[in-house]
Amino acid sequence: MSIVEAIRSALSAIGANALRSALTMLGIIIGVAAVIAMVAIGSGARERVTSQIKSLGANLAIIQSGNVTQGGVRLGAGASSTLTDEDAVAIAKEVDDVAAAAPVIVTRAQTVYGGTNWSTQITATELDFFTAREWDVAEGRLFEPEELRRGEAVAIIGQTVARNLFGEQNPLEQPFRIRNVPFKVIGVMAPKGQSALGQDQDDAIFVPLDTGRRRIVGRNYARDRSVQTIMVKFASEAAIAPGIEQTSALLRQRHRLMADQDDDFIVRNLTEIANTATQAATTLSWLLAAVAGVSLLVGGIGIMNIMLVSVTERTREIGLRLAVGARQRDVLAQFLIEATTLATIGGAVGVALGIGSALTIARIAGWPSVVSIETILIAVGVSGLIGVFFGFYPARQAARLDPIEALRRE
Amino acid sequence: MPLIEARELSRVYDLDSGRVTALDRVSLAIEAGDLVAVMGPSGSGKSTFMNLIGCLDRPTGGHYRLDGVAVESLSGDGLAELRNRKLGFVFQQFNLLPRVDACANVELPMLYAGADRKVRRERALAALGRVGLAERAHHRPMQLSGGQQQRVAIARALVNEPRLLLADEPTGALDSRTALEILALFQDLNREGVTVVLVTHDAEVARHARRVIRFRDGHLLSDQRQEPADARAALAALDAGILPDAEILQPEAAA
Repeated sequence: MSIVEAIRSALSAIGANALRSALTMLGIIIGVAAVIAMVAIGSGARERVTSQIKSLGANLAIIQSGNVTQGGVRLGAGASSTLTDEDAVAIAKEVDDVAAAAPVIVTRAQTVYGGTNWSTQITATELDFFTAREWDVAEGRLFEPEELRRGEAVAIIGQTVARNLFGEQNPLEQPFRIRNVPFKVIGVMAPKGQSALGQDQDDAIFVPLDTGRRRIVGRNYARDRSVQTIMVKFASEAAIAPGIEQTSALLRQRHRLMADQDDDFIVRNLTEIANTATQAATTLSWLLAAVAGVSLLVGGIGIMNIMLVSVTERTREIGLRLAVGARQRDVLAQFLIEATTLATIGGAVGVALGIGSALTIARIAGWPSVVSIETILIAVGVSGLIGVFFGFYPARQAARLDPIEALRRE
Repeated sequence: MPLIEARELSRVYDLDSGRVTALDRVSLAIEAGDLVAVMGPSGSGKSTFMNLIGCLDRPTGGHYRLDGVAVESLSGDGLAELRNRKLGFVFQQFNLLPRVDACANVELPMLYAGADRKVRRERALAALGRVGLAERAHHRPMQLSGGQQQRVAIARALVNEPRLLLADEPTGALDSRTALEILALFQDLNREGVTVVLVTHDAEVARHARRVIRFRDGHLLSDQRQEPADARAALAALDAGILPDAEILQPEAAA
């Protein structure tokens, strides 16, 4: 009997007991759906993290001014400004594999252009910042070294600021005010979108470090050369860990800390932070994997059970087939194909359900959903194999029937 | 060379309760083209004999040749092939597959012979025509009467052009008129050259055979030739109202 005919006859046998077949497939359906959803969610989450790291700038560490204890009162991170732009220069020079080290001061300020005003985040920094963030202008230009050195009143604005402050106008070369200080727009940044925390990264203005320090922030920062954070970009992911260690040692030395004193700075590895974001997704994936495993096992046992029932019910049919010339292997193949067809249909339905739930979860979680054709083929293939595995015992029972006994059975 | 040649054929069952000799050294030959009734009460060994000549079972002793093939030396697959090519079975309960139509039921033996779809369909329709059911080819068994179902089963048995048609109580589940029709069909087929062996406990059925073999307690009791009753003629008489049913199918004591 050809395989096509065998499958057609299997489909007719499955269709003859539609409800029973559907219930039997349920385990496989749930199992496969869980596998598909698991893979889709897992790779979707991974993709999201990758794109977040990318948008942040890869291989990045951020050094913050640390907690300082004044008379027994611990003031927490960033409370004092122990870091200076000289630290940044030293890091760039002395730590291995540093691609960029940018001193950064961030503040919020009101900006005014003509009759429009807009509150936004002002980042005072140097050119290394744009290297570290892997971010460039869409129009205009970045700062000239001369502008940085002299602390000129030039600004590069983000897309959101451009839209809100200048509307339809071309903002380039336009004069506007930050905290009443007149500035000139020299560039507009390329769009960057949301940060990992949901912040609009395009709602920002960048000014030269000295300009920001003296004319916008004033006070504390104006007196010395201190900065809030230093952004360090390493040449590769492997360079991050040793680089952070070297940076810490360097800063301790530069800040003249005794061996028994705590660090007065905090180093954060952003890649690591981004990676922790996958943990929830990973947990969910494992949960789904457990559901999938149990369901596939239960589904397989269900198929075995129903095939045993089917063999018992169709004993006379088997006897007849043997009498008209079916060999043992024909009967074995018939029931094996029936079990496999049952499992494969269950697998296909499970794939559809899995894609549906993956899309739903991805939409709710805001992840990209990744359902690859390989996953689908593997899922359907695995369910087919389950059919073969769990169908083998009942099929062998059928093939081993004695034709005389089988024909006599009521 | 006889179609069926059994020499000292024995079948012993090893049961928990001890050894049971169902068939004890039976020697018998059946020529091609004959119409034979195998009779005997239950436990006489006739079913065991039928299973052996039908290649559904293997003898525990003696020799059996079917159409020149020494059956006792064959493997399971060899027996299956022999059943497929040289034998056609007809059962008391018809044993049709309920989910498929008459034509697909008749095609079944050819499925295992490996015939292609078109050939199968043609030959199945031809076999159904031979038993007078060409118009019912696409009815399912449930939509057919008992007699029609048995005709489908006979068409299925004939479809691979077997050397021997083996019928086990073929009229046991039918009313007397339908039984006569089926017997008439067997006689027609026999006239066309098909060798038929009817296994029955019913003497009325056996009356329509040319040769009657009787078993008792695993032994051959008698082996007689006779002038067969004409089932077609009896049917005609019945239709003409000449004879009431009761007189045609007068039960006889199994001798």
